[in-house]
Amino acid sequence: MAVADTDHTEGAEHKSKGIGAYLASHLREYGLLLALIVVMVFFQAVTEGTLLRAVNVTNLLLQNSYIVIMALGMLVVIVSGNIDLSVGSVMGFIGALAAVMIVNYDMNIYVTIVACLVMGGIIGAAQGYWVAYWRIPSFIVTLAGMLVFRGLSLWLLEGQSVGPFPREFQIIANGFVPDIFPAGIGASLAGLFGVRQLNVLALLSGVVTAALIFWMGMKQRSRNKAYGIEDEPGAFFAARNFIVAAALIFITYKLSTFRGLPNVLLTMGVLTVIYAFLTSSTVIGRRVYALGGNQKAAKLSGINTERLTFLAFTNMGVLAAAAGLVFAARLNTATPKAGFALELDVIAAVFIGGASMSGGVGTIIGAVVGAFLMGVLNNGMSIMGIGIDYQQMIKGLVLLAAVIFDVYNKQKQG
Amino acid sequence: MATLLEMRQITKEFPGVKALDRVDLKVEEGEIHAICGENGAGKSTLMKVLSGVYPAGSYDGEIVYEGETAQFRDIRDSEDRGIIIIHQELALVPQLSIAENIFLGNERATRGVIDWRKTNQRTEELLAKVGLSEAPTTLVDSIGVGKQQLVEIAKALSKDVKLLILDEPTAALQENDSRKLLDLMLELKAQGVTCILISHKLGEVRYVADTVTVIRDGTTVSTLDAKGLSEDQIVHDMVGRDMTARFPEHKRTPGDILMEVEGWTVWHPEHAERRVIKNANFNVRAGEVVGIAGLMGSGRTELAMSIFGRSYGRNVTGTVRLKGETVDVSTVPKAIKAGVSYVTEDRKSLGLVLDETIRFNTTLANLEEVSNNGVLMRNEETQVAERYREALATRTPSVFQKVVNLSGGNQQKVVLAKWLFTSPEVLILDEPTRGIDVGAKYEIYTIINDLADQGKGVIMISSEMPELLGMCDRIYVMNEGALVGELTAAEASQERIMSLIVND
Repeated sequence: MAVADTDHTEGAEHKSKGIGAYLASHLREYGLLLALIVVMVFFQAVTEGTLLRAVNVTNLLLQNSYIVIMALGMLVVIVSGNIDLSVGSVMGFIGALAAVMIVNYDMNIYVTIVACLVMGGIIGAAQGYWVAYWRIPSFIVTLAGMLVFRGLSLWLLEGQSVGPFPREFQIIANGFVPDIFPAGIGASLAGLFGVRQLNVLALLSGVVTAALIFWMGMKQRSRNKAYGIEDEPGAFFAARNFIVAAALIFITYKLSTFRGLPNVLLTMGVLTVIYAFLTSSTVIGRRVYALGGNQKAAKLSGINTERLTFLAFTNMGVLAAAAGLVFAARLNTATPKAGFALELDVIAAVFIGGASMSGGVGTIIGAVVGAFLMGVLNNGMSIMGIGIDYQQMIKGLVLLAAVIFDVYNKQKQG
Repeated sequence: MATLLEMRQITKEFPGVKALDRVDLKVEEGEIHAICGENGAGKSTLMKVLSGVYPAGSYDGEIVYEGETAQFRDIRDSEDRGIIIIHQELALVPQLSIAENIFLGNERATRGVIDWRKTNQRTEELLAKVGLSEAPTTLVDSIGVGKQQLVEIAKALSKDVKLLILDEPTAALQENDSRKLLDLMLELKAQGVTCILISHKLGEVRYVADTVTVIRDGTTVSTLDAKGLSEDQIVHDMVGRDMTARFPEHKRTPGDILMEVEGWTVWHPEHAERRVIKNANFNVRAGEVVGIAGLMGSGRTELAMSIFGRSYGRNVTGTVRLKGETVDVSTVPKAIKAGVSYVTEDRKSLGLVLDETIRFNTTLANLEEVSNNGVLMRNEETQVAERYREALATRTPSVFQKVVNLSGGNQQKVVLAKWLFTSPEVLILDEPTRGIDVGAKYEIYTIINDLADQGKGVIMISSEMPELLGMCDRIYVMNEGALVGELTAAEASQERIMSLIVND
């Protein structure tokens, strides 16, 4: 630790700033990660190991997949300075649409999937149009949307549940990526770890991802150093990467001893990487932050703020549709109540992840971690047998605490 | 006469700027005390200290009020003691009636239920006192700025005012409204109300004031008896140094006409029948600095913003030619592409994303230049930000500093950097030195001269006439939406500009 520390102070320009100052200004990011770890360790202990059992880890990922997928879009919407209250209803409506198309009309699954995603985009665009070009507050437009699409799914399903789906459709949510490595490797590794079975692909994907994250971090650090940019202290970098890598490998190991890599995890992972890249490293992402940070200044800087808002909602619609397909496939049926009040979980995840209600602030990784924090809380409390009444209260207080923490931090800095 | 208020050695610092440096102010009971100084001299800051906007403890020094040391925690605290401040920007709720505004926060009520009869009756008395003949139930929205100013004063009177502070009360008023207001001040004085008048209109000061305190660069320069005081003397104290030293030396040789605006007419965005800009024609040559003078509200900002991608107004008509060719400036991206940039007068709400870094703000208007197929090139971006930091001498530890932490002058440099990075031909600078200290002003002037030397056309809008006189090769005078005159640097003087405005 000491070695890494001196290494940092020699390289950077700002010798006066110590680790303490760095920690103070990045308390939010570390705090969130720490909170997730603390919550996991806590539930692991009180559930006597049930939380991190292979089957439960798999479940945890599947249960929260649609929240995470929608949180990606919601983060963009909230950073742009808006909100979308309709996503739960849209998700339910798309599930209903898929069910009616596949089950009632026997349509091709892939055609249905594409049609549903396009429909989601149209719904998002329709709402975004009023917000962007008519300047109607997004709260109002999407509140209307929430009611309209809730009603539409009821109408479409005629108040009934429609299902079950054919096997091919179910695998969207319940399927696993088959192991591409010869069974012999898996068997010998399983013997090595003393488990019954082991999916090599799943384990390897975790190891490779962890290595990739570390490698990219190192590359960024050396670039920062070359430009004299203030960087994370070496010890923090090492510790953070170690924790993330260990968690990734641990989770994929658990998955590999069960049924392998869930299809949904793959979808979720790929989407998360895409959106993290889009928001942090592209022109359009940068403009969304500018739009949320100061709409007037953004407009006067030549940014087409209307189109950007419109796109944020369209994108949200597509992701809500994707979540709807996953949700329907997971439950293997579409019900009129699907997605009810889910928008609140999604929005909560984004705010717990550090986004600001007034826009311009927030990260994809934060939103995803926020979603899983809520997910682990839900799952852990359910295993413990805590009633839904207490669960709701605790979740509410966690959300409030996270936002109070943000506001307090900001006041201290300002 | 007894001393009502004494402020001793008041010092107030903001991050990066010392706004007040040991200021002394002594106000006698029953007088009208004028405080004069340039924009940014510290007048408003001093009044905010006095009224408790900056609470006791956030500044150094002592306030003695009515013979005892006062420590105001907030504005309510000072109001309870009879100190009422009327700000430049009026603090009225437009959707409420005159009576409701006057008694806002101070309602005539018993157990929370408002007594409307009493409210309206008392309002009528107050309105009579300030000479305003409007019904108490009239919405504030529907009366002019001059009358709104009177409502503010009536509101102050409703609170048992002992010391009334008027911060540039006539800035937005027409001549006859200003006169009415000044006469009202004299009348209040006769009734025993002490007034502090903040103004840099010297004619007004001479008309009403008994004593004048001049503040410059955050310190008290002099306190003068207004009797027999000449305007020259006040100006001398306000400016404190020769005009030549305030502006960097420059020698310009303007080239061909770079931009020409013809028949520019703009209508108000909400009031469709109001023409805000009336058939404006002007031009700027390469390497020339052209000023637009005029009072607040004369339409200068509206003219500039409507040219810059129709960012203001409706039914914008007229042509813009750059180097002889008509260009399309109907949207901001098109205007930027054509080579026109507009540096806003309101950098905090229109110019910067305050919570983001210098780098973020520097490249915001030209992200194409630092990206490849829509992917940002961070290192190039950093280099660009560093380059402008050096070129404009922006004082900051790094370009990763959030702009909210910078002083006004450095923020202005970041806004300038943003627009310079779009490689404009013509820069429209709207109040480029508003609210920044004198040293930084000089630096901004130097940057403007450099731009002109590079052959760019600079249009400079400013309310500070000395600034226009010191910097510009030509000055257009604007009044009520029309360009009413054009003066060369040799012809121009404060008097000539004013007379063009007044005689319009």
